[in-house]
Amino acid sequence: MSTGKLGAFELQEVSVAYGKETAIAGVSMSIEAHSVTALIGPSGCGKSTLLRCLNRMNDELGDVRVGGRILLDGEDIYSRDVDPVELRSRVGQVFQRPNPFPMSIYDNVAYGPRTLGTRSRAELDPLVEESLRRAALWDEVGKNLKKHAFELSGGQQQRLCIARALATAPEVLLMDEPASALDPISSQMIEDTIAVLSSSVTIVIVTHNMQQAARISDRTAFMLRESMDRPAGLVEVGDTRTMFTKPVDPRTEAYITGRFG
Amino acid sequence: MSASKRGARVRNAHLVEVGMKIVTGAAAASVMLSAAGLLAYLLYRGLPSITWDFLTKAPRYGGIFPAIVGTFWLVAGTAAFAMPIGIAAGIYLSEYAPRGRRTRLIRLSIANMAGVPSIVYGLFGLAMFVMFFGFGVSVLSGSLTLACLTLPVIITTTEEALRQVPQDLRQASLALGATRWRTIRKVVLPAALPGIVTGAILGLSRAAGETAPVLFTAVFFSAPLPMSPLDKTMALPYHIYIMATQPNKPQPGIVWGSALVLVAGVTIINVVAALGRSRARRRVTW
Repeated sequence: MSTGKLGAFELQEVSVAYGKETAIAGVSMSIEAHSVTALIGPSGCGKSTLLRCLNRMNDELGDVRVGGRILLDGEDIYSRDVDPVELRSRVGQVFQRPNPFPMSIYDNVAYGPRTLGTRSRAELDPLVEESLRRAALWDEVGKNLKKHAFELSGGQQQRLCIARALATAPEVLLMDEPASALDPISSQMIEDTIAVLSSSVTIVIVTHNMQQAARISDRTAFMLRESMDRPAGLVEVGDTRTMFTKPVDPRTEAYITGRFG
Repeated sequence: MSASKRGARVRNAHLVEVGMKIVTGAAAASVMLSAAGLLAYLLYRGLPSITWDFLTKAPRYGGIFPAIVGTFWLVAGTAAFAMPIGIAAGIYLSEYAPRGRRTRLIRLSIANMAGVPSIVYGLFGLAMFVMFFGFGVSVLSGSLTLACLTLPVIITTTEEALRQVPQDLRQASLALGATRWRTIRKVVLPAALPGIVTGAILGLSRAAGETAPVLFTAVFFSAPLPMSPLDKTMALPYHIYIMATQPNKPQPGIVWGSALVLVAGVTIINVVAALGRSRARRRVTW
């Protein structure tokens, strides 16, 4: 926050409950602006649930309650003054499976800006181009923006989804295993894109792939649900290199050396 | 398991496989044959009566023109009432309704509405629209009654069609800062449109052929062309019914001719809808 860059999160004792069941409890950590933070942990440890708190997508799932405080650039995103719809144009999300809309490449990327009220081609055209360039897709599709999004390959579709999320100029980009449904080459391209993007936008990425977390993230948070009777929590968070070489907690070490999960 | 036992089991499974293929195939073929037979007989009996005068003249000159016009207006009126309400209700159930007892109750009552016999709708329409609201025996009362009958079909198929749209797309739109309504309007509805249109056409085709709901609410044996929604009208299904039950002067030519016109009209609507649908489908696939 002191750096003046936008897109820093501060999580204070965050808990999430679905109905009566508490899924996550006591998560406190900070997410630095313009860096890549990886959330790792075995299946069911609440990584994706925590991620969805950051753009309040959990609100859409019905009976979900979020406790504690989540501050984005110092502002509590769960306070009454914050409109979740508005928040989501500042905190974008890329999903596990590519989910382009059934429309042209251009209309996909322009969807967010149009939602925010930008209608004229003169404003949209450069925005669409810039977003596609940032997502490293422009060279492949720039000449053919009218093409239907479903005609693209899986990897291209995912980069289109990244471009679409970037078009609203978000401060933060949440990524929920964005490369897990892709082939290795497409996966590599997504990782390259993330590396470039992290200079201008905060990225929080959930991943199952520990090599990927080690390669692309600046900081790593390890989450764990030790038994089904107890909610999941944060075991350790820190500098990625330290986490992967000298983890503090023995559970972190056991996980990253592949002893479970 | 011994080799011979295994062999016997495989042979047995193979026999069942062939048997089921024949049984299910025969069922499908019998349905197709009945439909084809019905259509062929309808053409055989009805086609001779179809002349220019039959389609464009009033009954006293041997035509059914007022009945064609009447059915057209009844269906148009039904569409005007049932489609907006039905589609909106379908949207509510699929996109907004919270999961819970109240929503289940709404769904249950819609399912029950679909099971109510059409003559009961006729009586309801008579009490409600003709008498209570004072619309009289008119195109308006008939359309409203037929709309009640059609609503469950439209609501259910709209809801089904919306549910077919992948959840991923809704999430993508919401995550971009779109409201629920914008998500529905820009992403969900366009994707579900082919299915919604199919449901609406299906419901309206049924409404076009119904006799009982319009019996007390809209039709008259012989009426001039309706000039306003409050006029009574002739209608094809009722005309068929009356002509077929004339005690002294049976008119099989008119009956079969009218039936053919009714079926042809409904078929044309269905074919047009199917063409539009396949064009829309070519753009939307997952």
